[in-house]
This record gives sequence, structure tokens and C-alpha cells, in this order.
Amino acid sequence: MTVESGGAITAALNQSVGDLREQPAGLIQLLTPEGERVDHPDYPLDLSAEDIRGMYRDLVLVRRIDTEAIALQRQGELGIWASLLGQEAAQIGSGRALGPDDMAFPTYREHGVAWCRGIDPVKLLELYRGVSHGGWDPAEHKFHLYTIVIGAQTLHATGYAMGIQRDGAVGGDGKASEAVIVYFGDGATSQGDVNEAFVWASVFNAPVVFFCQNNQWAISEPLEKQTRIPLYQRARGFGFPGLRVDGNDVLASYAVTKKAMQAAREGQGPTLIEAYTYRMGAHTTTDDPTRYRLASELEVWKLKDPIERVRAYLARTGQAEPEFFAEVDAEAKQVGARVREACRTMPDPPPLDIFDHVYTGPQSILQAEREQYAAYLDSFEEAR
Amino acid sequence: MTTLTLSRALNAGLRKAMENDPKVLIMGEDVGKLGGVFRVTDGLQKDFGEDRVIDTPLAESGIVGTAIGLALRGYRPVCEIQFDGFVFPAVDQIVSQLAKMRYRSRGQLSLPVVIRIPCGGGIGAVEHHSESPEVLFTHTAGLRVVACADAADAFAMIQQSIACDDPVIFFEPKRRYWDKGDVDAASGLASALPMDRAKTVLDGSDVTLLCYGPLVRTCLESALAARQDGPSQGGPNRGRSIEVIDLRSLSPLDMDTIGASVRRTGRCVVAHEAPVYAGLGAEIAARVTEQCFYHLEAPVLRVGGFATPYPPSRLEEHYLPDLDRILDTVDRTLEY
Repeated sequence: MTVESGGAITAALNQSVGDLREQPAGLIQLLTPEGERVDHPDYPLDLSAEDIRGMYRDLVLVRRIDTEAIALQRQGELGIWASLLGQEAAQIGSGRALGPDDMAFPTYREHGVAWCRGIDPVKLLELYRGVSHGGWDPAEHKFHLYTIVIGAQTLHATGYAMGIQRDGAVGGDGKASEAVIVYFGDGATSQGDVNEAFVWASVFNAPVVFFCQNNQWAISEPLEKQTRIPLYQRARGFGFPGLRVDGNDVLASYAVTKKAMQAAREGQGPTLIEAYTYRMGAHTTTDDPTRYRLASELEVWKLKDPIERVRAYLARTGQAEPEFFAEVDAEAKQVGARVREACRTMPDPPPLDIFDHVYTGPQSILQAEREQYAAYLDSFEEAR
Repeated sequence: MTTLTLSRALNAGLRKAMENDPKVLIMGEDVGKLGGVFRVTDGLQKDFGEDRVIDTPLAESGIVGTAIGLALRGYRPVCEIQFDGFVFPAVDQIVSQLAKMRYRSRGQLSLPVVIRIPCGGGIGAVEHHSESPEVLFTHTAGLRVVACADAADAFAMIQQSIACDDPVIFFEPKRRYWDKGDVDAASGLASALPMDRAKTVLDGSDVTLLCYGPLVRTCLESALAARQDGPSQGGPNRGRSIEVIDLRSLSPLDMDTIGASVRRTGRCVVAHEAPVYAGLGAEIAARVTEQCFYHLEAPVLRVGGFATPYPPSRLEEHYLPDLDRILDTVDRTLEY
């Protein structure tokens, strides 16, 4: 049998996969792309005008940090950068919905959530510049280190949630309770680890929210290469609720996350949130999306920009004056300048740092290598 | 002092660790009601409850991945991988996550997770139930890798591993689970040999024979046979005095103990069930050659599994180093 170069099997499949992008009747949206507030019976909004202005500020600042980081990579200051462009609302909305005791497990693209958890963006650049593998204190920020292997963190989050259960910190009886949120993308839903995490969370009823940012692309592979059903529907097969939210709507992303986290804290178990969004940039700075997707697709998504709709809403309803927007823009400029400067002046770690923190204490084999290499380096000093 | 099988000694060690620290958890497939397929966790769920002795879904990556999360939350999980050949689905979580988390976090995160793996052949099992995957883990920085060989070490080393703040891969010699030994269950860990130290199990002066896990008993029997046989019986080198060292720690290697012995005997043989090619014996041979070069009377020789997949069990007696094959290798080093 010969296989046609066009791929008859794939062509037939592609025809049969039609509704992945069709929005379900229940798509949760509280702010339309045009900036119109719409109500949803299950998600009343508890945000003040000041809160929403705060979210607008977050959105603008994280986009500015992202723009700055891309430029720094182009200038050779960063090895690589994974842009969050287009996904700001999903990240800020969900990030702002977390309580101070909740724990978050990110991928390597959650710069917006990191911002909400109080991580200095310069710490994120350390990783992409190559001076550390992640320089923040996860316990202090309740924000785990970036995980690069796709989907691995979903199991860590689920185990952490099982720990919360064992600490007796789940329950709606008024005492302090905690839950976990874990981020991953559409591509990750194909990973065994993610599916195992769904099984574990379900059978142990773990207080964990699975927050999938479906940005439509896993590097060059479209959603059709990962699934034949809408992703949020996967949850049903595992025995917990799944829902799709407009991931470019910061208010809806906030509301659904807040509700799902509260349910988890109260002992109702996991939820899968599919935040339907779009990766407006490349996968990373080494990627070239022109090889695999049409520019027209991006143009369509630009009309659904996560920031523009909030600005339009705030301006139209008089909840923000022109001065406010000017202040945010000025602050963004300052943050950008600070990040740029901090990155350019970031020193390389001393070479013997290589040997630190492999084990708790000294380890004989490693210690010998360290001493040997230190002596080798010293021999150059002596030669001078 | 009580006499226990190696399996019961592990059980007693696990029980003691759970009594001493409420954060210690056991998780794995069939570890609860059944007590594990080798009964190592027998009775623990009944006494410590289902929240501490957790029957997990059947997925090894899930076991290790969730154990990492529990450790991040302050628990000390002990994972059971049912058989050596089933650890491979968990290798990403072990190698890319468990081993590297301390380094990645610059010392801010500890993952005190123990992964127990029954290892090695000799029980007539079907494929995937007789493997020796230790070098995959010794070649992974950030892991401690140990192998117990007798009941007393099983009891002490499992507790030491649980108390250790680094992740530990804990190999159990499955065909020795039923071997009995004296265990001083009352003694604390303070008097026990640290788990990163090798142990001389038989003194000798002519050859150093290094081994671990299931082959410790085989090597001991080989050395005793060589000693008892006069030079007139058997090969030309019978009657020689073989020093047997149980490495116990595979990562790090206790090169002080190994080097001191080889400098005394001038000869060294490494025995393991795992394939000789690129096995732990290669690393030991390189280090012994470097550190004991002027004391060596012969090259370091290795005896172990072949560079093949593990064979069907009717052939495993040919694959596994036995007394004769070990002594044949000892003879070859003595003939130099």
C-alpha cells in the first residue's frame, strides 16, 4: 500500500474534526471583545472599579515586561524567552483570584501569574538569561518554580493538594483552607502525566484546579493534533467538572477561577478550566510561526485582545479617566526600563556555584570534583 | 536481637519510621490491604490508616509525581515500585524532577522521597520482573542510590533513607526477601553504619571482591568456597583469601573503603547482575585504576550480566553471575 504525500488519512480526519473551536452555549464571558459587560447567572462579579483598574494595570505591565524580554533576547541579553502575548487575561484573571495561602504550579510561560504572586520579573529573566534555573522562594510566594517538561507539574500540584487534605486544611467550616492551581497548555493535555494527574485528583478528590490555557498552538501543532473533542469535555471522563471560559476576558477568568478554587477548598474536589485564548506571538523567541499558521488568524484574534476590551470598558463607563491610562503607560515604561537595566547588569554566577545544592550536605564524589576543578581554576590565577 | 527475613526487616524499619514521624507516608500499587506483592508493607495500612498507606492508581509516573508534591508540602513519602521493570514510566519524574529540584531551587526545596524498587533476577519471573536498572539512577546527579543485602541493613538503611533529606533510590534484592538475618530492632540509628558507607562482610588478603544487593550472598559463598577448597582441589587459585565488600551505597561510592582494600590486596573484581557494559563496575574499575594504580597486580575485572536484554527465566542461571563464574573471574585476576 502506498501512502499519498497529501495524507489521505489525515485529510479525512481533519474533515471529521469540526467543532473544536465552536464556542459552547455555556462559554463563560463577562466582558465582550468590544468591552461590553455581560452578566452570567453563575458568576456574579464581586470586583470594584478600583479592582478592575488594578487588573488593567496588571495586564499592561506584564505585556510591557514581555515586550521588553523579547527585545532583550533579540539583543543577546537573554538566551530565549517564552512570550505570554495574548494570554495576559487568563493569567492575571486566574492569578488575582488566588488567596494568599493558595499554591500555584506554573509552566514556563506564567509570567502574569508570577506577577500576581509578587515575583520580581527580573527573577524570571534569570532563568531565560541562564544564570539560574529559577531564583525565587516558592514557599514565600506560594508559587512553585517554572516547570519546563510539559505537564510534569500537574502531578506535583495534585500531590501537594493531597498534602493539604492530609493537613486537614480542606473544608468549608470557616477555618483557614487552601487549594492548588496548576497551569498547563493544550499540548500538555496529551501527556500521560496530565492524564494521571486527572485520575489522581479525581479518585482522591484533591483540592486542585487544573487551569488549561488553550492557546491553540503547541509550537507548530494545532489543537486538532491533540484532541478530537473540546478540551474542557475531557474532565467528564475523569469524573469532575470542566468548563470553558473566554481566556481573553480577565473578569471571567477571575470569576471562574475564584469559584473553582473555593469549591476545591470546601472539599468539592478538582475542576478543569479551559481558558480559551490565543498565543499571539511565537512559541518562544526561537520559533517562527509564519512557517505553520496564517497571518489572518492572528488578525482575527487581535480583535479579541485581552487588554483593549478592559480599557474600552473602563473608559466608556467612566470608571477610569484619561489620566489613569497615562499613569499606567508611564509606569509600564518605568518597569520596562528597570527590567532592561537589571537584566543587562545581571552578573554571571561564580563557576564553583555549579557544585552547590546537588545534595543536602557534602557528597564525596562531588566534593572531589569540586576541589579538583577549583585547583584547576586556581592554576590559571597563579600563572598570571 | 531478633531473627527476621529481609522482607520483614524492611517492614519493621518502615513501621518504626512511621511511628517516629507522622509525616512519613507509604504509597504504591497494592501496598495497602495486600501489603505489597512481596508483603513488605504488610499490616501497615491496618495500623496507620489509608491516608498514610496509600493504594494508588496504577501509574508509576503518577506515584512519583504526586510523591514530589506531597514532599513539597512537607511529607516524606516512601514509594513502592512493584518491580524493577516498571520504574521506567516514572523515570521522567525521577530524573527530571525529583533529582533536580534541590539544584533548580538553589537549595530552597528538599524532596525527601524514597523510591523502593525490588530488583534483580533469580525468581523465575516473566519479562520485566528481573532487571537491574541501578546505573540509570547512579548516573543522575541529585539522587542517592543504595542497595541493601541483608536483614540488618534492610532495617537500618530504610530508616536512614527515609530520614535523609535527599531523594533516595532504594534497591531491594527480591530473591533475598526470604533470607533470614539477625536484626537489633531495639537499637537506634545512631549506632548504625551511615548509609553512604561500604561494609566489609568478609576479610581477605588476596583479592577484593566488590558486590551489592542480591550478589552479596553469592560472593560471600564464593569466597568461603575458595577458602575451603585447598589448592589441589578446583582451580590453581583455590584456597586464596577473598575480601568481600558490600558496597551498600551505589551513589556516592565509598571509594575510601574500596581503595583501602584494593591497596592491600592488589586485585579487584566487581560483580553485579546488571550488564557489565557501561555498568557500575566500569566506574569502579576506572576509579580504582586511577587511585590504586601502583598497588594493582592485575587489571580490575568485572563479572555480571551480558549485553543483552534479560533472558527468559529458563536461561537466567546462565545470565546471572553464580559462584563458579565469580570464582572463574577471581582466578583470572589471580593469574596475572
